[in-house]
Amino acid sequence: MSLSFTVNGETRTVEAAAGTSLLDVLRNHLGLVGTRFGCGLEQCGSCMVLVDGEPVHACSRDVSTLAGRTVTTIEGLSSDGKRQPLQQAFLDEQAGQCGYCLSGILISAKALLDRNPRPSRADIVAALDRHLCRCGAHQRILRAVERAAAVMRGEAG
Amino acid sequence: MTAALPTSLIENPRLDRWIRFLPDRTVRIASGKVEIGQGIVTALGQIAADELDLPYGRVVVLSGDTAEGPDELYTSSSHSIEIGGSSIRLICAEVRANALERAALRLNCSPTDLAVVEGRFLQCGAETGQDYWTVAGEIDLTQNVKGTATPKAASAHSIVGQDVPRRDLPAKVSGGAAFIHDVLTHGILHARVLRQPSPGAQLVSLGEAAIRRAAKGEIQILREANFVAFVSEAESVADAAAVAAERQARWDRVRKLTPEQQEAAWLRDQPSEERPHGAAAAASPPRNLVRATYSRPYVAHASLAPSCALAEYRDGHLTVHSHGQGMHPLRRNLAAALGLPIEAITARHLHGAGCYGHNGADDAAMDAALIAMRLPGRQIRVRWRREEEFGFEPVGPAMLITLHVQLDDRGYPADWTTEIWSPTHVQRPGSGGALLASEALANPPPPAKPTDPPVERGGGATRNAIPLYDIPAHRILHHLVLNPPVRTSALRGLGALPNVFAIESMLDDLAARIGQDPLAYRLAILFDPRARRLLEQAALRCGWASRGPAGTGKGLGLGFARYKNRSAYAAVAAAVAVDEEVRVERIWCVADAGLVVNPDGARNQLEGGIVQAISWTLKEQVRFDERGIASRDWGSYPILSFSEVPEMQVELVDGAGNPALGLGECSCGPAAAAVGNAVAHALGARIHDMPFTRERIVKALL
Ligand code: FES
Ligand code: FES
Repeated sequence: MSLSFTVNGETRTVEAAAGTSLLDVLRNHLGLVGTRFGCGLEQCGSCMVLVDGEPVHACSRDVSTLAGRTVTTIEGLSSDGKRQPLQQAFLDEQAGQCGYCLSGILISAKALLDRNPRPSRADIVAALDRHLCRCGAHQRILRAVERAAAVMRGEAG
Repeated sequence: MTAALPTSLIENPRLDRWIRFLPDRTVRIASGKVEIGQGIVTALGQIAADELDLPYGRVVVLSGDTAEGPDELYTSSSHSIEIGGSSIRLICAEVRANALERAALRLNCSPTDLAVVEGRFLQCGAETGQDYWTVAGEIDLTQNVKGTATPKAASAHSIVGQDVPRRDLPAKVSGGAAFIHDVLTHGILHARVLRQPSPGAQLVSLGEAAIRRAAKGEIQILREANFVAFVSEAESVADAAAVAAERQARWDRVRKLTPEQQEAAWLRDQPSEERPHGAAAAASPPRNLVRATYSRPYVAHASLAPSCALAEYRDGHLTVHSHGQGMHPLRRNLAAALGLPIEAITARHLHGAGCYGHNGADDAAMDAALIAMRLPGRQIRVRWRREEEFGFEPVGPAMLITLHVQLDDRGYPADWTTEIWSPTHVQRPGSGGALLASEALANPPPPAKPTDPPVERGGGATRNAIPLYDIPAHRILHHLVLNPPVRTSALRGLGALPNVFAIESMLDDLAARIGQDPLAYRLAILFDPRARRLLEQAALRCGWASRGPAGTGKGLGLGFARYKNRSAYAAVAAAVAVDEEVRVERIWCVADAGLVVNPDGARNQLEGGIVQAISWTLKEQVRFDERGIASRDWGSYPILSFSEVPEMQVELVDGAGNPALGLGECSCGPAAAAVGNAVAHALGARIHDMPFTRERIVKALL
């Protein structure tokens, strides 16, 4: 089956069998490898992408449901190869060890900041609670999202 | 060569195994230590840049490459900075001295007249036109290291000791192809493996037609004895075949496990090898004997990414990419398992998710290599499935620990015995273990006699079994359990976490017997000034002086250890609230790792170790059923989540001129112990067994 949807601002048309996951299409058909596989069971959050602005597990999302929709992946967070304040905040806080969890976490953080520019610590925790980080970089990640929110509000540099 | 050289240099004496000057005016440093999320590549670059007086950006680091880099065995046990880092420091100091000698000859001056500024050689402050690259051709890097050059004093460091940002993180926050999983080059073949349920199991039949139907695409099925792989150009097809194969395979002689075997208590009655260590048996009959038993069950590494590997066999040469902890050992192990000469194999490291020890990485490499040998000329990518990672990675061994403590008349330990029942902590291939797939081949390796690192080498089950406190006599009775139900191997800190948990739990309870404050009790039997300082500082930070009474549901606890009794020191305080569950609210950690190359990176490691230790202590246990390991997803193997991770305040004390000590594992044991003691304080009763489940909390209160 052939279907078209928007990925990071570009219309893409893919051939995929029914039942193919969005994650498989991103990684193996479109060459967007930044979205990671962790479990395939909606349990770890490594594969999170935005579909029409909402965080969605790409590992379990049937690509055939996406015709005409808009998908944003981690690659779509930077524009013109420039890092966004959210990504820069993760570097400023050195928020990560192995970094495998970060793509998905950045996506959920972006969705949060898009709808709530002034999140509390509890809001951030709630937004990230379906993500796992085995390295234990949680506190740095929470600080990075707070920092990004402040930067985006123009309160800190 | 002097005997005082680090082992890495003794094994790899040639300078060019470590350092090269590249034409683009950079210096390439090579290391056998690999990045596993701990920031080692950044730290080694800092050491080299500092010793050579180069800007950090002009040093590139090649890590884990059997073709060009040194063999430093595994990236483990907090050795990377202690041994790998000091090797690079010595190499760079020597090459710097050689370069200055050459330049001095050209300039007709003494090397002592020259200074190095950003790689340029200055004579009495003036440019000379000479630098590393102008003289590089005259430095003979094929020579062996002499080890006679003196590295800089800590006070002269300008890059070491700085919070240099990690080199690999930018790609990891931008969705770059940062991981081995992301090598998806055109024409690559995806493979999945049908795992032999247990060693010795025989594949009776395989419904290949049904598997092909379920795969919904072109698939090759490779079978050799009890090893089966599914290979396809489409990853989803290989995956679907592997899922279907589980139902289509009939196995004979599968070893069935039972839930009883998943408990540490099961170990006590198993055949074991006795490995006593330390003082002769205590005088009998013992006086004032206190005894208590503690345990930790089997726990998983549980990397966020399942293991992955790439292999290609072309023109008689096998090239393997892996995220394992040691490329040279992997190369040797593959050569032995595949019957290839070692020169016919190159192994290179690519990043994976954090591994925290010996997980499935090497096994995946063997899978890929086996398949590549059958399909020459093709790049093979094996990625384990999530359930495969949980079900077949080696797990951290269960430990049962009984402490027998004889007290003196004042109530302090006079004689201490740590008695341990545990399977081996190290079954890496080639040292007690085998690459998983070789068990499934026609001639599986003969069962190896289990062994465990001796105390002198830091110990396995016995790691940190001897308290650092001043106790007149102590010994270890180590029962190395010979036939555990599952494959066990190295997990962050080996036996340190369970042992420190047991020792520190016991100390709190001993203090209570004589009505003394746990901090004061510890300080009364702890003479090492570095250790005392940490405990005092941690106590200050957490407000120990105003610690409330026991049994209120709120608790404050301390834990302390020096990792391996010779690496970094850490004291941890934990504040908890307990009702039906334990909530760790805050953590304070003070550590002393001597010279710290990258303080922020070090704190990152300490924090990660604390989070993992809390997770193991409160939540984690590998569970068994008939088919083996039953906890095969994150639902049945939960780990600490964002909403459960405490606030943490982590600090490193000034190194005070002391040498660098490995610190990646030092916070784990103290954190587990601090949580254990805080929970005991909150409940007014002790929980001896990890994880601290609701049932155990309720039971402790009865
Ligand atoms: S891979 Fe999708 S949630 Fe884990
Ligand atoms: S940084 Fe390794 S899993 Fe989060």
